Order: sequence, then C-alpha cells, then structure tokens
Amino acid sequence: MREALSLVVNGEPRTLEVEGRTLLVHALRDSLGLTGAHVGCDTSQCGACTVLVDGRAVKSCTVLALQAAGSEITTIEGLAAGDGLHPLQQAFVEHHGLQCGFCTPGMILTASDLLSRDPDPDDETIRRSLRGNYCRCTGYQPVVDSVRAAAAALREGAA
Amino acid sequence: MIPAPVRYVRASSLDDAFEALAEPDAKALAGGQSLLPVLKLRIVRPSLLVDIGDLGLAEIEVAGDELRIGALTTWDALASATELRRPALAALGECAADVGDLQVRNRGTIGGSLAHADPASDVLAVVLALGARLELRSQSGARSLSVQEFLVGPFTTALGPQELITAVVAPIPEPGSGSAYVSVEHPASGFALAGAAALVRPDGTSSVAVTGVGATAFSLPDGEDPPAALAEAEIYGDRFASDEYRRHAAGVVVGRALELARRRAEEDR
Repeated sequence: MREALSLVVNGEPRTLEVEGRTLLVHALRDSLGLTGAHVGCDTSQCGACTVLVDGRAVKSCTVLALQAAGSEITTIEGLAAGDGLHPLQQAFVEHHGLQCGFCTPGMILTASDLLSRDPDPDDETIRRSLRGNYCRCTGYQPVVDSVRAAAAALREGAA
Repeated sequence: MIPAPVRYVRASSLDDAFEALAEPDAKALAGGQSLLPVLKLRIVRPSLLVDIGDLGLAEIEVAGDELRIGALTTWDALASATELRRPALAALGECAADVGDLQVRNRGTIGGSLAHADPASDVLAVVLALGARLELRSQSGARSLSVQEFLVGPFTTALGPQELITAVVAPIPEPGSGSAYVSVEHPASGFALAGAAALVRPDGTSSVAVTGVGATAFSLPDGEDPPAALAEAEIYGDRFASDEYRRHAAGVVVGRALELARRRAEEDR
C-alpha cells in the first residue's frame, strides 16, 4: 500500500508516494534522485546516510520516510546557497577532508548540525560530534581540520 | 535492508494511539532508533506502526521534590537540559550525552529506549539507581511502576500491548547528594560492556545499579558492599566479552561511579 508523503526538501515542497516501510534514505535517493545520501552500513553506525531533518542531523537509513512528513529536509545537494560551495564543503576540499568522498555528505551534514549549535568547537567536541560518521580513507585528522576551518570561515562570514 | 511490509499511522492523541494499538500486531514507534534496526533485520514484524512522535510528552520539569521527564524527550534534549545540571541528577545528563552518537541522540527518546529494554541500556541503570518510577497510560487509565516492576527480562517489560510510557518520574535526592554514570563501551557499537550508575546521599549511603552484564540492568542490594554483591550476581558473557571480564569491568565502573558521585555530592555541600 502506497501513501502520499509531503515534505520540504532543500527548500522545495515535494509530494511523493511511499510505502509504510520505505526508509527516508530510499525515498530521497530513489524517488527524488538525491543520491548524495549514501547507504553505507545500513545499520545506523556509519553515518553516510546522514541528512538534516528540521536542522538536526539524523541517519536517514534509520528513519521511515513517513516519519519525516511535514519536515524540512536538507541533503548535501541543498546545503550550499546557489551554485558555489558551502563553507564546510570548501573547507573539506582545502584541507583534504575527503579522499573517496563516500562518507563526506554525512560528515558535512553532521558537522553542520554541530556548528549550528556551537560556532567555535574545540577538536574534542568536533571528534565527539562526528563519532557516528566513519571514514575509511583519510583518517580523521583532516576531517577535524576541515570542520575547524569551516567554523572559522562561518564565524568570519557572520561577523 | 528494508523492513517487511507494514502499515503506518500517525497518532494525533493518546486516545488515537490506544485505538490504533488495539490491532493485535501493532507496535508503537517513537524516535525509532531501537525499533527501526530490528524492523530492518525483520526480528520484529508488526502489521501496523503507530507513530506517537506528535504526542508532545517531551517536557523536562522539576516540580516540588520530583523530576518529571516526558517519555518522548530525546537524548539530545536530556544531555543539554539545565534541570539535570545539579549534582544529584548529573547521572541522567551524563548517560544521555553518552548514548549512541549525535544523530541517534537527535531522534532517540528515553521512553523508546526504556520500552526496548536492551540488557545493555545505559539509562536503565540510571533510573534504577535514582529510584525512578515509570508512568504508563492505557485506555483503562494510568499506572505507575517501579523500574524493577517494569523490567521483566531482556527486551521484555510489563508494558501492555495497548499501553504507552508517558513519563519517567524520579524523586529529587536530598541536597548534598550526587550521582554519576560510568561505562566501558564496546568500541564499535557503543553499547555498554559494563555500566554503572551511582547515587550517593549526604549520610554516605548509596544506591548502585549496573547494566550490560546480566539479562537486564539490575540494582545492587542497598547496604551491601558492591564487590561482594557483584561476586554473587548472575553475570553473562558473550562473544564480545567473557563473564569474568564483565564481572571485573562492572567492579571497576561501580567504583568509578561511586567515587564520581561522592565527589559531586561533596561539591554540593
């Protein structure tokens, strides 16, 4: 049985049909073509599927699409305003925060949740906040460097 | 992994939820951070999911000598709650900040976790040590159970099929008390291999509960020396850690939790 689901994705109201059991990550990828949310472990550990629901990072492989009805979703495709890169994306490029890139959308969206609450986190806070995001290429130091640099860029932008 | 086919309904009120839960294989869904993984593994195959996420029940309030936490309060809200900053209640915020990761804490709720009753649940040790009670509601009314009464076994509680946890209610310990939660975690899953919550009162007496080491979290008998109580307790091992390891680790975390709780109690005097 399929049901109508209305939500706002990257600023645009969308309506789609999903099953009761459809996971949010599959609705985003398969119905809306937003393939930046990756299915990695599929067991709510690796964080590659992380998206923002009403501004908070969640693992979209562990949320039913229908649970997100009426919510505002931000995926990596919608993080930057316009055609440029978001300061987090720019910082990941500049500080080698990614290698293969599979974990990167999740890393960036979790970091975005962190920076929305704490504009100047110390390295320990960054590491703690990214505990639910696994990277198998770069190691974590360049990721931490990237988030710290993005935080500084965002503070500067806000000043 | 995709859950087996299941219908979904979002309850708009408690009565609405009770009515939907009348279906024999219906299951209540809160944040889903415990339920979704077992649905995906098809360990649980309900016919209907009743989403209770819109029912509110997310207030944290200190009223008189009681702390009241709505069942749908997320770990994230608990971890940042100013109401829990006092030394006597510090164990709760400490445990909440330690649950899973940021994404899980953003969605996971205290009521959902209690209803799931994982043998390694962090919060079960804390609510046991604090002497909390759980408020349950069903169509036939409300009842209040101690955590011991609520907890029947691993993943098994006294919750009826058409009953929901609405709140966790804990007595506020007398001034000069302190509490703490300390755990040794499995490095990958984050679940406690051994966890301990302690409440130390101004007269030096304490309440201690442990998790992750038995069929369920359990309290150590009041007044008994913790090492002696642990030596007699029924401890289970698995492929991650043997029973000897867990018994030893439980002793270590109990000692640390008691010390931290005592220090907090002294700071409050």
